[in-house]
Amino acid sequence: MESLWVLIPLSVGLILVILAVFGWAVHRGQFDDLDAEGERILTDDPPAVDADQP
Amino acid sequence: MSNSALKAASTQGVYSDSVVRLFALAAVLWGVVGMLVGVIIAAQLTWPELNFGISFLSYGRLRPLHTNAVIFAFGGCTLFATSYHVVQRTCQTRLFAPKLAMFTFVGWQLVILAAAITLPLGMTQGKEYAELEWPIDLLIAVVWVSYAIVFFGTIGMRKVRHIYVANWFFGAFIIAVALLHIVNSAAIPVSLTKSYSAYAGVQDAMIQWWYGHNAVGFFLTAGFLGMMYYYIPKQAERPVYSYRLSIVHFWALIFTYMWAGPHHLHYTALPDWAQSIGMIFSLVLLAPSWGGMINGIMTLSGAWHKLRDDPILKFLIVSLSFYGMSTFEGPMMSIKTVNALSHYTDWTVGHVHSGALGWVGLISMGSLYYLIPRMFGRTTMYSVRAIETHFWVATIGIVLYIAAMWIAGVMQGLMWRAVNPDGTLVYTFVESVKATFPYYVVRLLGGVLYLSGMLIMAWNVVMTVRSGKPARAPIPLVAPAHA
Repeated sequence: MESLWVLIPLSVGLILVILAVFGWAVHRGQFDDLDAEGERILTDDPPAVDADQP
Repeated sequence: MSNSALKAASTQGVYSDSVVRLFALAAVLWGVVGMLVGVIIAAQLTWPELNFGISFLSYGRLRPLHTNAVIFAFGGCTLFATSYHVVQRTCQTRLFAPKLAMFTFVGWQLVILAAAITLPLGMTQGKEYAELEWPIDLLIAVVWVSYAIVFFGTIGMRKVRHIYVANWFFGAFIIAVALLHIVNSAAIPVSLTKSYSAYAGVQDAMIQWWYGHNAVGFFLTAGFLGMMYYYIPKQAERPVYSYRLSIVHFWALIFTYMWAGPHHLHYTALPDWAQSIGMIFSLVLLAPSWGGMINGIMTLSGAWHKLRDDPILKFLIVSLSFYGMSTFEGPMMSIKTVNALSHYTDWTVGHVHSGALGWVGLISMGSLYYLIPRMFGRTTMYSVRAIETHFWVATIGIVLYIAAMWIAGVMQGLMWRAVNPDGTLVYTFVESVKATFPYYVVRLLGGVLYLSGMLIMAWNVVMTVRSGKPARAPIPLVAPAHA
């Protein structure tokens, strides 16, 4: 099963990358105030300026 | 218009929405085409005379055209449109490199046109969901890298510090698909239109289904979950039920997805332990999938009445119930003993379509119904009643389709395994084909209904675009606390 010699190291490498990204996100405080972040998308839509797009 | 909106427009400019509009309209067009081809091949399976003896109209050529058109043309264009829309709105910035984004549109349409020409001509790598020949594969790779640059570039210049959960799903989908495509499409060309896979035999099968199932997981699940986490809260005007759970959902899903593929190769030459790993990972996936589904549906908690009046919410919420159904059915079918009955039968076809028509189709349509009017300076579609009609026609179509395939599949499985006391088979294969005929007719009817719904949508979109104008949406000023 030579193909597993490609796929398994690839998966292990990927898991390490995912862990690193997760660590980065936690370290940078991405998940510090989760309740407020869920609400924010509901308030960011101003009306269109006008309907003449170049 | 309010002063703050004017000020925002003058200081930060407008969102890059032209490319969103183009992809959204292309998605509707390719949806009609892809589903029409699906109806044609369903009719061919019922009445093989409809192949007409013409090679480029035969089932074997049209089937990959159908799957490519609905997955990569309809689904793909919807993913491009919604991800470009969501990433700008949640990061409160325009797209990074808008011209490169426009290139992804032109490039992706070229890929679709090339597929529509080469597949009926019989040019294929023979890998399911990766049929396109190597020159088209190279174009896909270029477009996909450009897509990644635009998407992650936009994340990089975000004005909001937090990266909204939908962007995590879109980002994982973009990276995973790039990786899967490059590994699985590795091939040795012998001419411009013919190549051979870099892998052979069971190695090739393993690579192919590692690709194939992860394509389901990342192309048809992660990306569309990105839509779910943005458009359901927006349409319901309520935040996600538990934003914390949505974060857990994301990390749990991407940590566990990669090894579900071997369940496509139960009872083959693949080593037993690899098959078992595929089964175990598939079973584990039930947990994050259902966590996400419950989180999406519970977003309506306390506001269930909205579901009664709002057809767009019906699309979005019912899509999640089909997601829940197919992510329960999938792990069950991956259990070896169940798979011994279901494999190679139409049950598999029914399972795929409960995910494709129910989850991917309905969430796409719901998101496009939210997106398209806003992109053309309107608050709603031209006809809200037509959305309601579309919803019911599509839902009845799905139910007919999957119920027919469940019955047909279990029946086929039981007929194929039935043995006489002396060990001979009770039924010949053709007897099971004959017994399936009525269910193929019902499936065709379900497909026709689903296509009719898509045609209603296409009409509604044309009328909406004709009665609106491309809108310029100003980028709001971000409060300093979030900058």
